[in-house]
Formats: sequence, C-alpha cells, structure tokens
Amino acid sequence: MKIAIAMMLAALPAAAQYSGDVVKVGVLTDLSSVYSELGGPGSVKAAEMAAEDFMKKHKDIKVVVIGVDHQNKADISSAKAQEMIDRDGVDMIIDIPNSACALAASEVVKQRKKVLFVVTGGSTALTNAKCSKYTFHYWYDNYDLANGTGAAVAKAGGKTWYNIYPNYAFGKDLDAQMRKAVEAAGGKNIAPSDATPFPNTDFSTYLLKAKSLKPQVFGTMQAGADLVNVVKQYNEFGLRAENIKLAIGLLTEADIRGLGQDAFAGAEATVSWFSHHDKQSEEWSKRFTKAFGKPATWMQAGVYSGTLTYLEAVARVKTDDSEKVIAALEGHKFNDAVAHNGYIRPQDHRVLLDVYQVQVKAKKDSKDEDDLFKYVSTTPADKAFMPLSESTCKRDGSAAAAPASPAAPGAASGAAPDAGAPK
Amino acid sequence: MSWQLLSIQIFNGLVNGAFFALLSLGLAVIFGMLRIVNFAHGALYMLGAFAAYALGQKLHLGFWPALLIAPILIGLLGMLLERTLIRRLSALEPSYNLLLTFGLTLLIQDGVRLVYGISGAPYAGPSQLEGATNLGFVVFPTYRLFVISISLLICLVTWFVIERTRVGAVIRASTENPVVTRTFGIDVSRLVTLVFGFGAALAALGGVLAAPIYSVDPLMGSELIITTFAVVVIGGLGSIMGSVITGFAVGVMAAVGAALYPPIANTLIFIFMALVLVLRPRGLFGMVEGSR
Repeated sequence: MKIAIAMMLAALPAAAQYSGDVVKVGVLTDLSSVYSELGGPGSVKAAEMAAEDFMKKHKDIKVVVIGVDHQNKADISSAKAQEMIDRDGVDMIIDIPNSACALAASEVVKQRKKVLFVVTGGSTALTNAKCSKYTFHYWYDNYDLANGTGAAVAKAGGKTWYNIYPNYAFGKDLDAQMRKAVEAAGGKNIAPSDATPFPNTDFSTYLLKAKSLKPQVFGTMQAGADLVNVVKQYNEFGLRAENIKLAIGLLTEADIRGLGQDAFAGAEATVSWFSHHDKQSEEWSKRFTKAFGKPATWMQAGVYSGTLTYLEAVARVKTDDSEKVIAALEGHKFNDAVAHNGYIRPQDHRVLLDVYQVQVKAKKDSKDEDDLFKYVSTTPADKAFMPLSESTCKRDGSAAAAPASPAAPGAASGAAPDAGAPK
Repeated sequence: MSWQLLSIQIFNGLVNGAFFALLSLGLAVIFGMLRIVNFAHGALYMLGAFAAYALGQKLHLGFWPALLIAPILIGLLGMLLERTLIRRLSALEPSYNLLLTFGLTLLIQDGVRLVYGISGAPYAGPSQLEGATNLGFVVFPTYRLFVISISLLICLVTWFVIERTRVGAVIRASTENPVVTRTFGIDVSRLVTLVFGFGAALAALGGVLAAPIYSVDPLMGSELIITTFAVVVIGGLGSIMGSVITGFAVGVMAAVGAALYPPIANTLIFIFMALVLVLRPRGLFGMVEGSR
C-alpha cells in the first residue's frame, strides 16, 4: 500500500537548474503504524509548512512535497526510497522513524547520490559506522538523549540509578550511554540494567525490583506502547509515592497525549524543541496546530527545520544538484523558528543544535493543552552531541567495512538488530 | 530469588494468566461450538478496552458500569458478526476461517486507529481499588487482586454452566451432533450465535479489566492474542477447563521465568508449546476428536 500525496504548492515558473523544474522533497515516514503519531502525516504537514515558508521568501523556486509510507519495514523503506528517487524525481528524503528503515534508505540515497535528512530515526550508527556523504543526521540521536537526561538529572541530585531497556539495539545503546552519562556527572548505577522483552505489557517485575533497590531515579529506555505500560505501572506500584524519580530515554508529546499528562508528571527527558519554550516556538506551534488540526511533536518540528535548512542550501547554490547542495550544507550555521544554534558538522554530518532538559508538567500547571513541558536547562549544541573525537565515521566507502564502534553497539550489524528500535 | 519476590512474581503471573484465561476461554467456547478459530479475538479484547474508554468520554460512565456495559456491547457486535459473516464459514474450507477473522482484525484495528490514533487512550481504574493490599506474606496492588478474582470467578461459572447445567448440556450436544440435537427441537443456529456473542463478551471483559493497567492502544490485542493461541494449543483446542488452567499456569510460568532469567520470558511459553506439541499433540487437556 502506498499513500502518496503530491502537493502542488505553487505554480510559479521554475529556473532551469532544478531537476524537473522543481525541488522535490520526499517525506518517508510511518503513515499508519506505531510511529505515525510522532512522525507520520504530521511530518508531511511540517515539511509542507517549511516549503510554503520557503517559497514566500524565494518566489522563483518551486517546491513540491510528497509523503510516502514505509510501514516500519526496512525492505519497504528501501524500495520506497528507490521509487521516490527514480520514479517521482525526489531530490531529498526526510524524516524516517525507525533506525532500521533510516539505515536502509541511507544506502539507497548513497547509490543514487541524493540527499537524506534523518530526523525521527535516532541510531548513532548514522554518523558512525554507517555514515555517508549523502546522509545528514538532523535532529537528535540516542547519544544526546542519554547524555542530556543522564547528566542533568544526576547533577540535579538524582545520584542513584536503576535502568531498564527494551531488548534490542536501540534500547541497549541508549541504556549504555545513559549509564555512562550518569557516572560522568557524579551519579551511580546501583544495579546492572535489566533488559525487558519487546514488546512487553507487564513490567511489574522490574518495578518491584526498583522498589526494593530504592534508587533515586528509575530510568526507562522503553518507547511507544511499552513506555506507556511502564509509566502506568510505575504509578500503580506506587514508585512515584516513594519519591523514585522517573527518567525517560525518549519521550515525545505523542506518548504524553496517549496516556494523559498527569501519569507522566515530573518525569524528565531531553527534547530538541518544545512548544512553550519561547515566543517563536509558541507561534510556530500554534501555526502548525491550525494547519494540521493537532499539535506538533518535537520530531515534526525537526522535519520542519530540516526541510527548511535543505531548501535554504538549495537557494544558496541555486540548484538542486546534490554535490553542490551538500557542499553548501557542510559547515553551515543556522537558526529558525524551532532550532537554535544549529551547525552542520562537515566531518560526519551530525547536525548540532541546542537541546533541552524538560520535566513533564502536571495538568494543573499547564496554560493550555499544548503546554506539556517545564524547561529545566539547556545543553548547548557543542556539548550535547557525540564529540568528533569519539566518532568512528570514515566516509566514502571505507565506513561500510568499519567495525561497530564502542559508542554504538549493534551499529555495524546492519539493519536487522534495530528492527524493533523505535527511531 | 527471595520468597518475597517469588510470591510477588506468582501473583503477577496470575494477573497475566487471568487475561490469558479469559481470552482462551472465549476461544475454546467458540471453537468447541463452531469449529472456528477466531483470530479476531484480540481485536474484540481491544474493542472492550476502547468501549470502556468511549463510555467514559461520551457518557461519563466510570469503570464499574463499563465493566458490565462494554462486554454486552461487544457481545452484541460478536453476534452481529456471527450472523452476517462467521456463519458462512462452516461451508467453506478452513483457510477461509483465517482469512475472514484475520481480515476482521485488521479492519477493526485500523478503524480504531483512525478514530483514536495509534498512541491510544488514557484510562483510570476504579478509585475503590487504588493502593495495595497486605496479604500477610506479600503486599500487592489491590486492583490486580481484583483482576485475578473476577477472572477466576467468570471462568468457574462458565465451566459450571457448560459442564454441569442443562443449558450446558444442550450446548455440548449441539457441538457433538448438531443434526441430532435439532431433531429434539432445539434451535442450534440461535445457540451458535449466542455462544459466539458470549465468547466476544469474555474478550471484551478482559479488555476492560486490562485498561487501567496496560496501554490502551489499537494494537494491544494483537500482542496478547499470540500468547493466547499458544495457551489454547497447550491446553487443547476446545477444552474449557484446560484453557483456564493452562491460562493461569502459563502466566505464572512466564512470570517466574522472567524473574529468573528475563530474556527467556517471552520464549518460554513457546518452548513449552513446542514440547507439548511433540509429546501430546492434542494438548494437555484435549480429547481426541470424537472420543467424548
């Protein structure tokens, strides 16, 4: 099944240096399954918004956005990426929740020499063992999530930790990084982390273990429905009442809306954007809600920013030729309505930007239904992400044969171990 | 593993087992009567949870009324499905059974997703059952104890009705030989509809009970149903007592296994299933077709 919605956004005459006379952006995402609410149709809308904003400024360039469903399957992701490039003439692909799908599409984009911005996929492999000249890792990755939350919570007094993680590459990696960050910030992991089956509904075993260990912080690397189960049962088994704090590896607005704000109240996480951060964010958020009918997730905000960053690069070099656009992107610094202090690191294509430590507000403290997060602190762009010295990225062919880096276990073993990974 | 942890795990296992038992009981009743394996059972379970949520949203009905109303609604839906679609399967070869009921699952899941989204819905349990109860040797969330008790109660009543009452005798007779039963002036066709509706209602009851403790989302049933089928295979297709006992036993086995060696939790059930299939292909409690 393919749901492709072509949106003609303007009918202006295009200059000859754009292939097919248009710049075509393809949003490859999960349109129907588990990640359709954090990416999905909202990601397509975000890309369309970026295209509209861009065309208001650059009236001579025509941009078309299409949305395609990868159904959360790596093989379909790969096939759809090919189809988008060969048949639909897409110049750039963006979004791709589910790391396995992102890695599969990255291979296709490399062969076809187009551009890929991974926003919702989180595996650090994209800028390490599997890095590529044509792939940019745009919005976040599990290094910045773990580092941000682990360090911030430990520094704020959450010194003793016990973690659980879903038993697949993404969860394991996130947990390993979180443990490292906690210890680096002066905290202590008081027990080995436990791997939980995936998917899983009953987490009582681990919650009871946490109750007897009495850590100050209980860390969960679960995502989606598994995360909802953990949080429901965290409340049910009374961990909140015993002042065991909840730290979440990856938390999006979609999770909070699914379970209700109060169930998450007080939980800490790292995000790259949130709607009530500043005036600009709030305005963008309102605009998105109006256009889409539902408020944005921080992943969707990333698709907006990524699309805009790509299009601005196209405008600077006045062509959609990949080599020239990539040259214009590398080393570029940017700010927009949702991203702050952005910088595209040329060596590994990790995009750096400020990320925020947030705490979920209780319902009574929210100004409106979009006001979910309380600001705790900012991790500046240059501190938030994996330093270049740790990156194992060797570009142009050699990377494919490189072994997995210690920072990204499972990275080299290809797409399969990541199959269950959320992003 | 300490005694404390072991006993808690046994209780957790019983909670999971309660859901397995309710679902496999419904499957067993339906299979026994119609010779149909209902792959849409997980979707009906999920619909039960969403019905409870919708009743709360639209009519401000809390957990207790929902516990009664949601199963009735889904039971009626089940009867409608039986009358319009499932009924036609009896004349067709068994693969159509899979196609129809699995297709229904996809339709129901996507329908719910369209209305409520994939992240699901929040659902609060009854305030009367909040907190934990001290049983002397173990402290356990009150709501979970309630789940175990009500599931046990429903299973025992069902078993009693089917095995020990006149109604049950008629149902069993219709299963055994519908033609002969008809000659006694019994409307077998109506009975079949009622039994299917009852099975659907049991699944929905499981869904309502699960809503306060598990994620309420369109895919919640598809995860549970796989294990439930394993339970049915282990217990023996169509055996009512077998499916109930196996449901609870498998729940406890998985929970204790998870505490001893977490990675094996999900696999253990299937290893057990494979063993049962090799050593006793008709299941632990199953009877050879035609021998009863």
